[in-house]
Amino acid sequence: MGMTMTQKILAAGAGLDKVVPGQLIRVKLSLVLGNDITTPVAINEFEKNGFDGVFDKSKIAMVMDHFVPNKDIKAAQQTKQCRCFACKYDIDNYFDVGEMGIEHALLPEKGLVAPGDIVIGADSHTCTYGAVGAFSTGVGSTDMAAGMATGEAWFKVPEAIRFNLTGKLKPFVSGKDVILYIIGKIGVDGALYKSMEFTGPGVSELSVDDRLCIANMAIEAGAKNGIFEVDDQTLAYINERVHREYKVYTPDEDAQYERSINIDLGMIEPTVACPHLPENTRDASVLSDVKIDQVVIGSCTNGRISDLRIAAEILKGRHVAKGVRVIVIPATPTIYREAMKAGYIETFMEAGCAVSTPTCGPCLGGYMGILAENEVAVATTNRNFVGRMGHISSKIYLASPAVAAASALTGVITDPRNI
Amino acid sequence: MNAKGTVHKYGNNIDTDVIIPARYLNTADHGELAKHCMEDIDAQFVNKVQKGDIMVGGANFGCGSSREHAPIAIKASGIDCVIAKSFARIFYRNAINIGLAILECPEASEKIDDGNTVSIDFDTGIIYNETKGEQYQAQPFPEFIKEIIANNGLLNSIRKKAGV
Repeated sequence: MGMTMTQKILAAGAGLDKVVPGQLIRVKLSLVLGNDITTPVAINEFEKNGFDGVFDKSKIAMVMDHFVPNKDIKAAQQTKQCRCFACKYDIDNYFDVGEMGIEHALLPEKGLVAPGDIVIGADSHTCTYGAVGAFSTGVGSTDMAAGMATGEAWFKVPEAIRFNLTGKLKPFVSGKDVILYIIGKIGVDGALYKSMEFTGPGVSELSVDDRLCIANMAIEAGAKNGIFEVDDQTLAYINERVHREYKVYTPDEDAQYERSINIDLGMIEPTVACPHLPENTRDASVLSDVKIDQVVIGSCTNGRISDLRIAAEILKGRHVAKGVRVIVIPATPTIYREAMKAGYIETFMEAGCAVSTPTCGPCLGGYMGILAENEVAVATTNRNFVGRMGHISSKIYLASPAVAAASALTGVITDPRNI
Repeated sequence: MNAKGTVHKYGNNIDTDVIIPARYLNTADHGELAKHCMEDIDAQFVNKVQKGDIMVGGANFGCGSSREHAPIAIKASGIDCVIAKSFARIFYRNAINIGLAILECPEASEKIDDGNTVSIDFDTGIIYNETKGEQYQAQPFPEFIKEIIANNGLLNSIRKKAGV
């Protein structure tokens, strides 16, 4: 029986020729990640247990992105704790205000993740790096602490669901619509404990940004990881950024999958996930009676340059609807500068949007756009749980940047093809 | 290793945002986190919960964010064990890593009602519902996980193995 991409990467990390689903293994880590929310808990555990060294200061990344620039004194204390730890152990990849971006946009951009890597991150959306052929998965702070101390983590080898992608996306349809469509199809626990492996001729029709967005939300289907087959586009992206050796893994021809699902990209419509679960999906076109108060365009899911580009194209020369607040958050300083040079920031501000420095802020109800009682938001973020962005009676509709921008103009949920 | 207590029952897809809302993640203090446990889904939970109580959920318990603050808040609120039909994987890992006992048992998840008194034998995986006189069988922990729990969490277990 052959192995899937994930199984092959895990076998190599464990120093084994072969692994089978359900097998418990210990693997060597390529990178251990934490943010300003999860790292303090890891540091507390690390210090409480008497560890006094990290396994490799070049293989730890700390990104201060959730409540940074700090929203209050307690958040400032937590960031300070991370800063002191990073300084004490001379952590190479510590990113603070000015350099920091949203972690899952920043790490691929900086070339810190590569095909064949094994990455754990104390952030559930660490699964993003599967877009470039890495095994990467979210863990908690104790796993992060153990990873920093030993450079290893334990895993149960997962089964995989194969998504065979065919066809080509229609205009105004993006990676976000693809992943929302898939979660709508299989449910928020449809891939529980499993890998989601994306293969087939449709992969090459998706940009690297689209793939990052799709892999990012694998966790929203309960998956352990999402991973794409590496192609020429991946290699072009990686070779521009990664200056070390890496290894590309392909699935064996006789790899065993728990099941295979065919996805014709050409059939997917602009898709929206209604409150309060990412699986509650509908076509954007049937939600035009939903009035909105706020739009957020950004996050680790959709704060990349292609996301800002499509939003700017829709908003250019127009103005957001009266009574709608629009917050645009470029995910990294590089994306911010690129958007400035391309004139997108000017377009957003002329249209009446606020543009923020990179932060996760509103996505998790931290700051920078909290919702009041009964308010409704369209957000390009990844979760629409009860109270996620503010008051427990507020509602979040998850959508692509195109749907979010179109909705900003009309004040109701809008299919971008109708603008 | 055993547990016995009153059940607090919740539904499917209990996410970590309702277990501990992100607005309280500006601290890692266990007692502070416990004060807001389940606040957005059951504002009365913190007033009702007694030390040693049991939490029961449906499918995909603990989905969403990787915040370890979620099992920490549940444990610090006094809960000794969470039983669910299934758990989201990061929550499952985190609970074990911090020493909060959790059991997957679809039958128990379905039949136990809010307020029932339940006792659990972790070695055998037997869950006994004293209120209803019913017994349910959960999978006991695999050896690998028993070792982590016996060593009071992952880090201690690593240290012991390394002979530190």
